[in-house]
Amino acid sequence: MTTFEAPRVEVVENALEPGTSTQPRRRVKRRTINTVIWFVVLLAFTAIVLYPLLWLFLSTFKPSSEFAQNPGLIPENPTFDNYTKVVEGIAGTPLYQFFANSFFIAIMAVIGTLISSALAAYAFARIKFRGVGILFAAMIGTLLLPFHVIIIPQYIMFQKLELVDTYVPLILPKFLATEAFFVFLIVQFIRNIPRDMDEAARIDGAGHIRIFFSIIVPLIKPALITSAIFTFIWTWNDFLGPLLYVNSPEKYPLPIALRLYNDATSTSDYGATVAVSFLALVPILIFFIVFQRFLVAGVATQGLKG
Amino acid sequence: MSTETESIVTAEAGSSSVRKAMRQVRRAEAKVPTTAGRRAHNRKETVAGYGFLVPWMIGFLGLTVGPMIFSLYLAFTKYNLFTEPKWIGLDNFVRMFTEDPNYIQSVQITLVYVLVGTPIKLAAALGIAMLLNYRDRGSGFFRSSFYAPSLIGASVSVAIVWRAMFSTDGPVDDTLSFFGINIGGWVGNVALVIPMMILLAVWQFGAPMVIFLAGLKQIPQELYEAAEVDGAGPWHKFRNVTIPMLSSVIFFNLLLELINAFQVFASAYIISNGSGGPAGMTNFYTLYLYKRGFADLQMGYASAMAWVLVIAVAIIAFILFKTQKSWVHYAGENR
Repeated sequence: MTTFEAPRVEVVENALEPGTSTQPRRRVKRRTINTVIWFVVLLAFTAIVLYPLLWLFLSTFKPSSEFAQNPGLIPENPTFDNYTKVVEGIAGTPLYQFFANSFFIAIMAVIGTLISSALAAYAFARIKFRGVGILFAAMIGTLLLPFHVIIIPQYIMFQKLELVDTYVPLILPKFLATEAFFVFLIVQFIRNIPRDMDEAARIDGAGHIRIFFSIIVPLIKPALITSAIFTFIWTWNDFLGPLLYVNSPEKYPLPIALRLYNDATSTSDYGATVAVSFLALVPILIFFIVFQRFLVAGVATQGLKG
Repeated sequence: MSTETESIVTAEAGSSSVRKAMRQVRRAEAKVPTTAGRRAHNRKETVAGYGFLVPWMIGFLGLTVGPMIFSLYLAFTKYNLFTEPKWIGLDNFVRMFTEDPNYIQSVQITLVYVLVGTPIKLAAALGIAMLLNYRDRGSGFFRSSFYAPSLIGASVSVAIVWRAMFSTDGPVDDTLSFFGINIGGWVGNVALVIPMMILLAVWQFGAPMVIFLAGLKQIPQELYEAAEVDGAGPWHKFRNVTIPMLSSVIFFNLLLELINAFQVFASAYIISNGSGGPAGMTNFYTLYLYKRGFADLQMGYASAMAWVLVIAVAIIAFILFKTQKSWVHYAGENR
């Protein structure tokens, strides 16, 4: 677990000269051809990778009866029927209710994760106290722990506390920094902040709480944004959690509602299933398009500084 | 904080004799029993440290460690949520490996999925990352496009799409038929449903790809130039520069992706309508555990299953960490 450092390699400069300067024109031409090939190959890959999403989007305009004979991209009889139909919802619950439920859970998860993870990360990164090393190792250990081992006892616990069919089991863990990935991400970020300002504030008599709120929090905004986006998306997509804990249809978040469509209408009303599937992805796709730089940077740093 | 203060102080102190004196004082401070002030400071730091960690500690003890211990106990019991757990010793574990063919099958298909899918996914990720690394301009668009599936791949929506894509007369079947390959739908086909699930995993190659790409960008160009001078071709450059320089990133991705692959759930659930079919071929470990624990309410048995998985993952992580000395090369170190 070290950061990358350029190893010292001595290069004999002169030895490179002949290779780079002979026949410049042919080299340039070859380079252009290579670039075109590069572009075409990547474009082909992009088409394959994005095909399922494009298929999903365009299929939402196919009438249900068309799915059996037209597996292609372009609807033969394009229609908005699927959308007007799905707005009514399913199992007596309108579609917007599922969206509202998903949004509520995801927003609460974001708030909880940011507060609890930032506090824990500050302690791990900036405070020297007895046991910090062991606790940090334990935190990293939970990163690798399969969640299977805790879902059953957690379920039993929430069931005994009569909290099943509420959102508490989905939201409470986020306020307790159980998502170690984000604690780790923020720890890495804080470690890269020079301590000069902390020290200066300290000399001026500021305690950890002051330093945390007035110096660290403003500086770790990029890490907080990355954590917020990932928490939102993962919570929005989460299937197992609500499958275990949410029983009443009016409390269903989207993934569970989608299962209703999938089970009830997989043969009869395919158009509705596809339309809801697409709508459920829209918030994530918007997030992705707006924040892609943060997401990609977040993933990259996480890998390199691990 | 001590090292930083020291460097600031020494920088200000200037002359070497003063510096030496300061160092002696510091050393003395470190060895001599701490003064009252120092002890008070340490106590304050400890209080602050645990204060900031309160939410995490509650979560760690109450939602991770506590449940783990309870789950370990349940693994040796028969428990259906409504009556008291009944101690049955190792029965759950014995039953798992000797009397439960569904469990054995679940282990087998999960291992195939993990051990075949992960290397393919990582190879795709590395290949495309190298392709993207060839040129900076214009690569941002591709990078984002390839990354998108990683964000949504585990969602129910994508599972529904995947099932539609690979069903009989679906887009994949249709395309293959066009080339004269008539294999029908993959979803109901016992031989093809695991390859279909692996393709779904490989489709999400974007996250490891982004990590690989960041790693590739850190490899000093001079290394490739030096290799070229020595007459190395593309394969040699890949084998002797790229792979060693990237080994720590490969290690990280391998560990993360292996562990993630064991946890596949939503897609298997949706694609098989919760049944794990056809013929148990999508009955992945997590799905089977869910069915045993929450559909059949055999929570003791499911806990035992969970612990077998924990031990398996721990062994894999242990092997990876042990062998990393021989193949993972950290920059700045001599092998």
